[in-house]
Amino acid sequence: MTDLQRTPLYDLHLRLGARMVPFAGYDMPVQYPMGVMKEHLHTRAAAGLFDVSHMGQVLVVPKSGRLADAALALERLVPVDVLGLAEGRQRYGFFTNEAGGILDDLMIANRGDHLFVVVNAGCKDADLAHLKAGLPDCDVGMVTDRALIALQGPGAEAALARLVPDVTEMAFMDVGIRAWQGVELWISRSGYTGEDGFEISVPDGFAVALAERLLAMQGVAPIGLGARDSLRLEAGLCLYGHDIDTGTSPVEAGLTWAIQKVRRTGGDRAGGFPGADRVLRQLSEGPPRRRMGLRPEGRAPMREGTEIFAGETGGNAIGTVTSGGFGPSIEAPMAMAYLPPDLPPGATVWGEVRGRRLPATVAAMPFQPTRFKR
Amino acid sequence: MKYTEDHEWLRAEGGIVTVGITAHASEQLGDVVFVELPEAGRKVSKGDEVVVIESVKAASDILAPLDGEIVEVNGELADSPGLVNEDPTGRAWMFRMKVADLAALDGYMDEAAYNALIG
Repeated sequence: MTDLQRTPLYDLHLRLGARMVPFAGYDMPVQYPMGVMKEHLHTRAAAGLFDVSHMGQVLVVPKSGRLADAALALERLVPVDVLGLAEGRQRYGFFTNEAGGILDDLMIANRGDHLFVVVNAGCKDADLAHLKAGLPDCDVGMVTDRALIALQGPGAEAALARLVPDVTEMAFMDVGIRAWQGVELWISRSGYTGEDGFEISVPDGFAVALAERLLAMQGVAPIGLGARDSLRLEAGLCLYGHDIDTGTSPVEAGLTWAIQKVRRTGGDRAGGFPGADRVLRQLSEGPPRRRMGLRPEGRAPMREGTEIFAGETGGNAIGTVTSGGFGPSIEAPMAMAYLPPDLPPGATVWGEVRGRRLPATVAAMPFQPTRFKR
Repeated sequence: MKYTEDHEWLRAEGGIVTVGITAHASEQLGDVVFVELPEAGRKVSKGDEVVVIESVKAASDILAPLDGEIVEVNGELADSPGLVNEDPTGRAWMFRMKVADLAALDGYMDEAAYNALIG
């Protein structure tokens, strides 16, 4: 077994009684004594604090000093309008491959004279190499001396505002640098739960102090990876390596909202990213399959890998569940699956669970309404 | 009370054995969201999968600890699967079975041995 890495909050997790599991090469808290279900509900009702320090934080600095050069260079790797991203704003995107599949999904922030990119833990080394190779005219570097803490839920704003009062002025997907205890906090108003909230990059040496200050506040509780997964699934958000990967196109994944008009056919900077032919063709002609929500009847979850059929008996599978579980807030099982694109919402399909076909309804996502502060 | 290595508890009353999972097992499983129970009347052999417990994390099978016949299942778990976490050795019993050979129970651990197993 290879050595697992630890985040700066590792000892704090142990003190808080976390159950630790290996995740993307890190020893991470999957749950605290509260348990997954209560942690999930607590986040929706108050505020949850998540250690997401395993994720990759990358700085992209144009050697020319002109941000537009970095933006245009990054546009060669992502089908996103990076040039049009205003200073102090963040946008969701994904690296595509030559086949139009997804190498990773990421957040891109414009911080005036450089871009700040946050990528998934499991992909971060490959992403860094990909960025370095693709952006030779930029200095690309992984930030290795900062933790990343997410504070999510309706109580997140009030809690963080006690330390950084003007975060109340930030809107969803705003980013900014704020001083706290003499160090820089890199704050974005975003997250992975469907709730309002923040992601806060903090120097390693101040991470425990920041987490402890927040956790000492009324309503803020530590939340593990277990609840992080059920929260994001209720919010209809993709998990890389499960719902999206190198074999799924952004159009199949229903992520076309992240491909702005300017990068589409007819746009000023149409295409120009890996796999653009396939992605743009699918945009105009429609994809061969589409990521959809499923609401299984009853209480039995349909987990990842569950095969989906059109009928109760016979026939070949028409798709497979890529994420599935039980939604504590919706009090019901939920799943995502890739299915034929013409299946309408409300259609009944059948998932094979332990050799039996159980009915499920094609449902719109998110399963739980999101509450971002626009 | 007897215990299996699969973290089931067995309680014999007359010729009937009641089966559930231990508090240790329910903690390890995490929050239980669904319990699939067998039908009463089903004849089972030791090692048959008779119950599926779905937690927020994963599905786990409960195996028949003895040869016999399922005579009753705990219907309350269908609506209240969380009982498995709240009261695993009480209200969250899973099924009762009639066993032919009660002596087979002697092959299972007593409480001291089980506590030693889970450390």
